[in-house]
Amino acid sequence: MKGLLVKDGFVFDPMNNVAGEKMDIAICNGKIVEKIDNCGVIDASGMTVMPGGVDLHSHIAGSKVNSGRLLRPEDHYKDVERKTPVTRSGVGYSIPSTFTTGYRYARMGWTTVMDPAMAPLKAKHTHEELNDTPILDKGSYPLLGSNWFVLEHLRAKEYKDAAAYVAWIMRATKGYAIKLVNPGGLEAWGFGRNVRDIDDPVPNFDITPREIIQGLCKVNQLLSMPHTIHVHTNNLGKPGNYTATLETMKSVENLANNGKPNIHLTHCQFSAFAGEDWRSFRSGSEEIAKYVNDHTHVTLDLGQIVFTNTTTMTADGPFQFILYQMTGNKWVNNDVEIETSSGIVPFQYKRKNYVHAIQWTIGLELALQIRDPWKVFITTDHPNAGPFTAYPRIVAWLMSRKARDEIMKKINKKARARALLPSIDREYTLDEIAIATRAGQAKILGLENKGHLGMGADADIAIYNINPEKKDLASNPKAIRRAFSNAAYTIKAGEIVVKDGEITKSVVGRTYWTNVKASPSLLEIEPELQEVFEEYYTVKFDNYIVPNHHLSAANPITVEGRV
Amino acid sequence: MNVIRNVTCPICGTLCDDLEVTVKDNVIVDAANTCAISDAKFMNYSNPKHRNLTPLVRKNGELRETSLEEAIKKSAEILVDASYPILYGWSCTSCEAISAGVELAEEIGGVIDNTSTVCHGPSILSIQNVGIPTSTLGQIRHRADLIIYWASDPYSAHPRHMERYTAFSNGRFQKSEWAHYVARLRGILGKKRLSRASELVLMKEAELPVVSGGKLPPKFETDKRKLIVVDVRKTRSAELADFFIQVEPNKDFELIQALRLLVRDEEVETDQVAGVPVSLLEDVADTMIGCDFGVLFFGVGLTMSSGKLQNIDAAIALTRDLNYRTKFVIMPMRGHFNVAGANIVSTWQTGYPFAVDFSQGYPRYNPGETSAVDILSRDEADASLIVASDPVSNFPRRAVENLVKNPLIAIDPVVSPTTAMADVVLPSAFVGIEEGGTAYRMDRVPLPMKKLVDPPQNCLSDREILQRILHHVKRLRAQRGIA
Repeated sequence: MKGLLVKDGFVFDPMNNVAGEKMDIAICNGKIVEKIDNCGVIDASGMTVMPGGVDLHSHIAGSKVNSGRLLRPEDHYKDVERKTPVTRSGVGYSIPSTFTTGYRYARMGWTTVMDPAMAPLKAKHTHEELNDTPILDKGSYPLLGSNWFVLEHLRAKEYKDAAAYVAWIMRATKGYAIKLVNPGGLEAWGFGRNVRDIDDPVPNFDITPREIIQGLCKVNQLLSMPHTIHVHTNNLGKPGNYTATLETMKSVENLANNGKPNIHLTHCQFSAFAGEDWRSFRSGSEEIAKYVNDHTHVTLDLGQIVFTNTTTMTADGPFQFILYQMTGNKWVNNDVEIETSSGIVPFQYKRKNYVHAIQWTIGLELALQIRDPWKVFITTDHPNAGPFTAYPRIVAWLMSRKARDEIMKKINKKARARALLPSIDREYTLDEIAIATRAGQAKILGLENKGHLGMGADADIAIYNINPEKKDLASNPKAIRRAFSNAAYTIKAGEIVVKDGEITKSVVGRTYWTNVKASPSLLEIEPELQEVFEEYYTVKFDNYIVPNHHLSAANPITVEGRV
Repeated sequence: MNVIRNVTCPICGTLCDDLEVTVKDNVIVDAANTCAISDAKFMNYSNPKHRNLTPLVRKNGELRETSLEEAIKKSAEILVDASYPILYGWSCTSCEAISAGVELAEEIGGVIDNTSTVCHGPSILSIQNVGIPTSTLGQIRHRADLIIYWASDPYSAHPRHMERYTAFSNGRFQKSEWAHYVARLRGILGKKRLSRASELVLMKEAELPVVSGGKLPPKFETDKRKLIVVDVRKTRSAELADFFIQVEPNKDFELIQALRLLVRDEEVETDQVAGVPVSLLEDVADTMIGCDFGVLFFGVGLTMSSGKLQNIDAAIALTRDLNYRTKFVIMPMRGHFNVAGANIVSTWQTGYPFAVDFSQGYPRYNPGETSAVDILSRDEADASLIVASDPVSNFPRRAVENLVKNPLIAIDPVVSPTTAMADVVLPSAFVGIEEGGTAYRMDRVPLPMKKLVDPPQNCLSDREILQRILHHVKRLRAQRGIA
C-alpha cells in the first residue's frame, strides 16, 4: 500500500464545491481516499491544491505533429532539454519532442491531455507517440467529419449503420471521441476545393456539412459516448465566420437531451471572426457569448493566441493553404485517403498586427463574457495559437485586469480602439480557473475520475505556490504566472513526479479509449465492412486495426450504446 | 502447412501488405502476391551461406566465434570507451529497434544517423526549406489522373507501386488503365525480340527507341489516367509510360524551373531546356494545370544528381505553384522498407529526422557536420555500431577507411562487407520474417510487420540486442561513475 498525505493546503475542488478550504487530501494506491496513516506527508500549508490539469485539445502526437517537428529544426535549436538521471533529452518550443511534452505539462501541474486529431489510418503512429509521452494520461480523437463511410451512411440516413461504424472505428483505432474538422470540406479538398458554408453540399457526396454535424451528433448520443462531438467549424479562420459558428451551434440545438451539452466547439477564437474581409475584420465574440449564455447544449474552448512564433497545424487542409498564401511561409499538406487532410504552416503572431491583436482580444472576450466557467475552457489549441507552455500567461490574463491592460498598451492602436476587451472588468477567481483548466474539461470529457479530489478519484494533484489568503492575485499577475509555470508539486497517480518545477520521477501514463458495448447486431458489421474497406483503402483490413497491446497502458472506457 | 495472410513485405518503401506466405515446419515454402525482389528474399532469406548465424568477435585480427553474452559485453565496452561513437543504419529494421537505438545513442552521447543521409537526405533538407504538399498513396489511387515519375524507375525498384497505387490501380474517381498498359507491354516485348533477332542476324546494333518528340500525343486530351516518366535514360517504366521525357543528365533543375515558369504563365526564351523542346514543355505544363489531381514521384536520381536539394526545392515549389491552379501532390520514392520509420521515430523522440548528435547531452542536428559520412570523413568518430546496413560498400572511400580502422560493431542478419570488416558481429533476426514490429510506408502510413517463422538459434531481434547492449552500457557507466 502506497500512501501520501497532502496536508493543510487551500483546496480548490469545484466539482465537490470546495473553494479554497484548508484541508488534507489522503492518497492510497493512486486514488484519493478518506484517510490514511503512516505515510509520506507533503506540507502544503500556504499553497493552493487543485486536481491535476486537464487539456481536452492539444496536438501533441501523431503524423501531423511529427511532420511539424520535422519541418522546423529552427524551432528546436534554442530550446533544448538535457538528459538527466530521470528524464530523457529532447527539444522544445512550439512542437516539443514527445518526452519533453510530457515533462513540460507535468511541470505546470497538468496530468491529462487529449490529442484532438488522429487520422484513423495513422492511428498506430499517434499511439506510438503517446506511448513515448511520459507521465500524462491521454487519448486521441479520430477524425470522422469527412470519412467516406460516415458520409455515405449519413447521406442515406442510416444512423444505426453510421453508429456501428463509429463504434468499430473507436475500437479499431483506440480512439476516444468523435472529431469533426471542417465537416465535408476536407473531402472537397481532395480535389483542391472546399465547402463555402454549412449548407453547401460536399462535391461527389451530395450531403451538406449541416447533415454531417447533425448526423454525428445523433450517432454520439446513440453510442452514449463519454464526450460530445468535438467540432472545428467550417470556414474557420475567415472573416465573418461567426455566423457559420452560430449556425453550427443552432443545428444541434433540437437534438439536446435534457439540456445536456451535445456539441463542443473547439478553439472558438478562430471561429468568432466578424467583418467582411481582413480590413473590416472585428470580433464576433459578443454574438457567440450571447448564444452560449442563453443555451446549455454548447461548450467551447478558447484557442487563445499568444504573441509568439508558433506552428499552425490542423486537419483543415484548405485553411492551411490560405495561411500559406497569406504568409508565404513553408507549407506542408498531407491528405489521407478516405478520411481527412492536414496542413502545417509556421506562423508569427505579432502584437502590432491589427488582425492578430484582435484575435488576442477575441479569445479573452469569449472567456470573460461567457458567465458559466463550466462552458468555456482554457486552451491554446497547442501549437496553433501558441504552445501549451503559455497557459500560465493566459491564467494570469484571465485573473488579472492589470495583466491584460499591460498587453493592451502594447498592441496595435486600431485594434485597441476597436476592442471590446477594455470594457470588461471581470477577473477569474482561482475557483473559476480550476473549473476552466481542470474540472470543466474533465466533466465534458466524461472522465469520471479526473478533475476532482473526491473519494475514488485518481490521485492526480497539482500544488501551486499561491497563498490565496495572503496575496491579492489580481494585482500581482507575475506571481500567478510564476506559480503556474512551476508547480510546487505535481502528483500523478499518487506518485510525486514534480517538485519545485523539476521532474523527480517519470511514470507511464494511461491511454483512454472508448469501448462501445451495444447490441450484438450492431457490432457484427465487420464482414460487410471489410468488403467495402478493401475496395477503398490501400492497406488490408487486419493491418488497419490497432491491437490493444500496441498501447503501453491501455485504459478502455466502456459505455453502453442505446441502440 | 499454414498460410499467413496480409503479410507486409520487408523490401521497399511501397510496403505491400497483401502478401500470402505459406509456412511449413518453420520454413517458408511459398509466397504469393510478391514481386521478383520479395520473392527472392522470402525464398532465400534462410540460406546459411548468406547468414550470420553465430556471434563473432575479432581476436588477433581474426573473427572468432563467441557467445552472445560475450559479444554483447564487448559491444558495450567499445561504446562506453568511445568518446564520439556513431550509430548508423536503421532503415531495414523495426521502429521498436530504432527507438532502442535512439535511447542507446543518448546514453552514450553518440551520434545516431540513418541511411536517409545518403538517399533522401536532400529531400528532407528541402522539406525543411519549403515544406511539402503530399498525400497518402490511396488518395492517388482514387483521384490522380496525371502521374509523373521523375528520376525514378518503379518498374524495377518498386515493382508493385504502379499496380497498387498509381497507373494500374482502380480508384473511386479514376479507373485502372491496366489493359491498355498490358497491351503496350506486349508490343514492347515483341519489338524488343524482333530487334534482338535483327541484331543477331544483321550483326549490327538496333536503333534506339524513339525518345521524346516535339509534341504530346493527341490522346492526352482525354480524361483518362496519364503516366509521364522523366529520366535520363529510357527505363522500363519509361517504356510503359504514355509519354517519356528524356532530360540531359544533371539538367533536372533547369527542366523543373522551366516548367515552373510555364505554369506561372511566363515566357521561356529559348528553344530547348535540358534537351527538351520548349514547345513540348508548354504542352506538359498545360497537362499539369489541366489535370484534376496530379502527382509527382521523384527518386534518388533527383536527390543525388547535381543540384541535390536544390532540385527538390524546385520540384516542391513547382508542386506548390500548381496548387494555385489545381490539386497537385509530390512524394519521394523511399527505398528501404522502413527508412521513413527511421526518420519518423528519430523525429518524435529528438525533434530531428537524421544526423542527431547527443554529445552535448541534448539532441543537436546539423547535417554536413553531424551526419555520418561527414563525421567519418573528418575522422572524428572513434567507434561505430551499424544496424541493418552496409556502409562499407556504400560510403565514400575515406569514410570507410576511418570507419574500419576504429572499433566497429555490426548487427545484421546477413553477411556483408561491413560484417566482414567488423570487430563484433551480432547476428540478428529478419524484421518482417523472423521478427515483428512496426514500419512506415513511403507515405508515412504505419503498418505491422509480422513474425512468420522463428529465427535461427542465437539470432535475437535487433531490438533485443540493442536493449541488452544498453543494459550493459548503463551498468558499465555506473561502475565507472559516469553520470
